[in-house]
Amino acid sequence: MDRFTRVPIAEQDPKVRATNFNEVCLGYTEEEAMAEAKRCLNCKHHPCVGNCPVNIHIPRFIKHIAEGEFEEAAHVLAEYSALPAVCGRVCPQEEQCEKVCVLGMKGDPVSIGKLERFAADWAREHGVEVGKTKEKNGYKVAVIGSGPAGITCAGDLAKEGYDVTIFEALHEPGGVLVYGIPEFRLPKDIVRHEIENLKKLGVKIETNVIIGRTVTIDDLMDKEGFHAVFIGSGAGLPKFMGIPGENLNGVYSANEFLTRNNLMKAYREDYDTPIKVGEKVAVVGGGNVAMDAARTALRLGAEVWVVYRRTEEELPARVEEVHHAKEEGIKFEFLTSPVEILGNEDGWVKGIRCQRMKLGEPDSSGRRRPIPIEGSEFEFDVDTVIMALGTSPNPLIPSTTYGLEINDRGCIITDENGQTSREGVFAGGDAVTGAATVILAMGAGKQAAIGIDKYIKEKYNK
Amino acid sequence: MYKIVEKKELAPDIYSMDVLAPRVAESAKPGQFVIVIADESGERVPLTICDYDTEKGTVNIVIQAMGCSTKKMVSYNEGEYFKDFVGPLGKPSAYVNEDLEEVKKRKYLFVAGGVGAAPVFPQVRWFHERGIDVDVIVGAKTKELIILEDKIRDVAGNLYIATDDGSYGFNGMVTGLIEDLVVNQGKKYDYCIAIGPMIMMKFVALLTEKLGIKTIVSLNPIMVDGTGMCGACRVTVGNETKFACVDGPEFDGHLVDFDEALKRQAQYKEEEIKKLKKVEEECKLEQQGGVK
Ligand SMILES: Cc1cc2nc3c(=O)[nH]c(=O)nc-3n(C[C@H](O)[C@H](O)[C@H](O)COP(=O)(O)OP(=O)(O)OC[C@H]3O[C@@H](n4cnc5c(N)ncnc54)[C@H](O)[C@@H]3O)c2cc1C
Ligand SMILES: Cc1cc2nc3c(=O)[nH]c(=O)nc-3n(C[C@H](O)[C@H](O)[C@H](O)COP(=O)(O)OP(=O)(O)OC[C@H]3O[C@@H](n4cnc5c(N)ncnc54)[C@H](O)[C@@H]3O)c2cc1C
Ligand code: SF4
Ligand code: SF4
Ligand code: FES
Repeated sequence: MDRFTRVPIAEQDPKVRATNFNEVCLGYTEEEAMAEAKRCLNCKHHPCVGNCPVNIHIPRFIKHIAEGEFEEAAHVLAEYSALPAVCGRVCPQEEQCEKVCVLGMKGDPVSIGKLERFAADWAREHGVEVGKTKEKNGYKVAVIGSGPAGITCAGDLAKEGYDVTIFEALHEPGGVLVYGIPEFRLPKDIVRHEIENLKKLGVKIETNVIIGRTVTIDDLMDKEGFHAVFIGSGAGLPKFMGIPGENLNGVYSANEFLTRNNLMKAYREDYDTPIKVGEKVAVVGGGNVAMDAARTALRLGAEVWVVYRRTEEELPARVEEVHHAKEEGIKFEFLTSPVEILGNEDGWVKGIRCQRMKLGEPDSSGRRRPIPIEGSEFEFDVDTVIMALGTSPNPLIPSTTYGLEINDRGCIITDENGQTSREGVFAGGDAVTGAATVILAMGAGKQAAIGIDKYIKEKYNK
Repeated sequence: MYKIVEKKELAPDIYSMDVLAPRVAESAKPGQFVIVIADESGERVPLTICDYDTEKGTVNIVIQAMGCSTKKMVSYNEGEYFKDFVGPLGKPSAYVNEDLEEVKKRKYLFVAGGVGAAPVFPQVRWFHERGIDVDVIVGAKTKELIILEDKIRDVAGNLYIATDDGSYGFNGMVTGLIEDLVVNQGKKYDYCIAIGPMIMMKFVALLTEKLGIKTIVSLNPIMVDGTGMCGACRVTVGNETKFACVDGPEFDGHLVDFDEALKRQAQYKEEEIKKLKKVEEECKLEQQGGVK
């Protein structure tokens, strides 16, 4: 192997994996990881670090791997990230750390994500304990939501000695990591392990508590004695297009489809929740959510088209996911947008009427705006339509919390410490930014933990 | 884990259970519902909150065994535990937050169909506790399926019963009885609150629209999370798409697109029937000492 070529990584064969829910990427062996790690130049100015949202000291952990010191590598990662096994799998690496890797100028960038995953998996499999906690300080913090933002914030505060309770609306903790991202991309055992680690740090988790319904933030602070609150409630509200036929039977939000399959395990015969996939499925959208829904439908036995209004170049999904989707046999209809969903007399989907698009001038997002082409309408037969058009924050918490300000997109407004307009109430992750990424949510949880620590110390003169 | 502290059979296949869930009991209001998961492999089943006791920390639910999940749930006994119990979900009934003086000026008619009598009871009691008499119609297919008759009679102004087969009370459906009360007996109502099977609510709404009575219905579409996250529960109300779990479950009955809602409710029928057959098959085999 020369320095400019990546050590290839084992993956399940596309034909085989298209029929199961096991993880696609099998990970590096120790030898492969060391060989890949040795490619890193250990650059003095290490541009990769600056392009990681939580500034993991990449050459430092990679050097340990190169030398076979896997436990040390895991410890370096733990200094920066609470969820390396997750981020190593789902971060858009090609847009972040790997994008600026010096080796990338001449050849393949270092597989930073895959190495991160390797070190984290190794530590988990070998029972390496990462993270110590300080003595309990007697201050109580409530964390709302158990996604990456909540997990990170809770873990960091517990390590500082806080008495932390996570309140989660669903019956299983993990947020999008358990209900949204499918098993074949992120095995649920990994998430469960991270949750167990949190509990070991002394974090309490109360599932089945919906803040705003079961109990309010005001009650948590006034009646239950919490000194501060972190809101990491994500952006779970699905969008629909508002086109005719959207309420026909056989039209689902990606959230519903994925939740039935992932959280409720509908793909398994021994679970009670039903899922219906049909024979021909159109998935509308082009992000990670669309890819996950499409590949899930495929695994449940359907023929699947992704319908996206821009071109392949603008697809917001991670490159690796698009590549995997194509390998598995997902078909793409680019520059296409649905205008109506067609139903039969029993109220079920029988097809979808679409319009072709062309790209115009860049819009506010910097991407070229799709413009409909007159007279280009056509129909195609499908029996299921999955809408993966993005999500926004749920209004439940802002509408039930006195004095919590939100912007016009429903996102909670915070300052640089993660503090909201309400004293002692902090927020971060998708609830603040709108739908983003795991690593950004984690970073926000970290930032807020620092903010909460500072706030409590100042207020109570510790 | 949520302990079942009391279980009672109200009618064939209809059970009342008090479940220990202090946080839910503390916040529950009339009109809201919970989601229950029986065990590890269970689905999330929405059930109306029928009563709650903040002192004991219990919430009362009434379950009609219809399919796989509800059959599994009613097989649980006192002292056993449900895996998950979450709520209260949905918005409380509108009158809870309205000016009591305004509410007192109105004449309410409650219409309960079948197991719908269970969620109607705490609402009627809410009025009774505030010194307001409301009229109640309870309807069912036949006499033995009429539930909670005595409890409702204690708190209602007038209680009227209707059975489809005429085995008890008015001979006919609840719509027939409403018409009888309003048209023949000259009763006047400002508000009708109808809770029961979707098809019953549809016909009640059609009738009350003709009679000019404002009508609230409590919709029970298919749900998954119950928190606004999946959109499975979407219904069309006044040409707008609403999520029944967060925008409802109570809506203006004259604006609901019932035909769509009825179709959507049957979405998983095929799968459910298949599943039920499989389970019954397994039960039989088990009884014969075959498969474990
Ligand atoms: C299908 C899918 C695929 C994705 N793929 C990727 C990917 O490959 N890479 C990537 O980086 N990102 C991906 N993302 C985005 C990423 O998952 C999110 O940005 C991230 O999970 C946000 O974290 P969070 O902690 O802010 O919120 P979430 O993970 O959404 O967690 C919020 C939690 O709060 C709970 N909650 C909400 N309201 C309440 C309440 N009122 N009371 C109590 N609890 C509440 C929710 O139930 C949930 O568990 C994907 C998202 C989806 C949906
Ligand atoms: C807000 C709300 C409140 C509810 N309150 C109660 C209650 O207090 N007591 C009670 O017994 N049930 C209540 N239901 C209905 C209950 O959730 C369903 O009966 C249950 O989910 C059926 O599950 P199953 O697996 O046993 O039956 P399935 O096998 O899923 O269904 C059996 C039959 O019931 C029909 N069905 C499925 N889902 C529903 C539904 N949501 N409503 C009506 N019919 C349905 C199916 O089409 C089928 O014919 C409520 C539903 C909602 C949404
Ligand atoms: S967390 Fe993400 S961006 Fe940072 S090093 Fe790991 S893969 Fe790269
Ligand atoms: S830029 Fe690439 S080669 Fe340089 S330190 Fe970072 S990972 Fe290693
Ligand atoms: S049940 Fe999921 S949004 Fe209402």
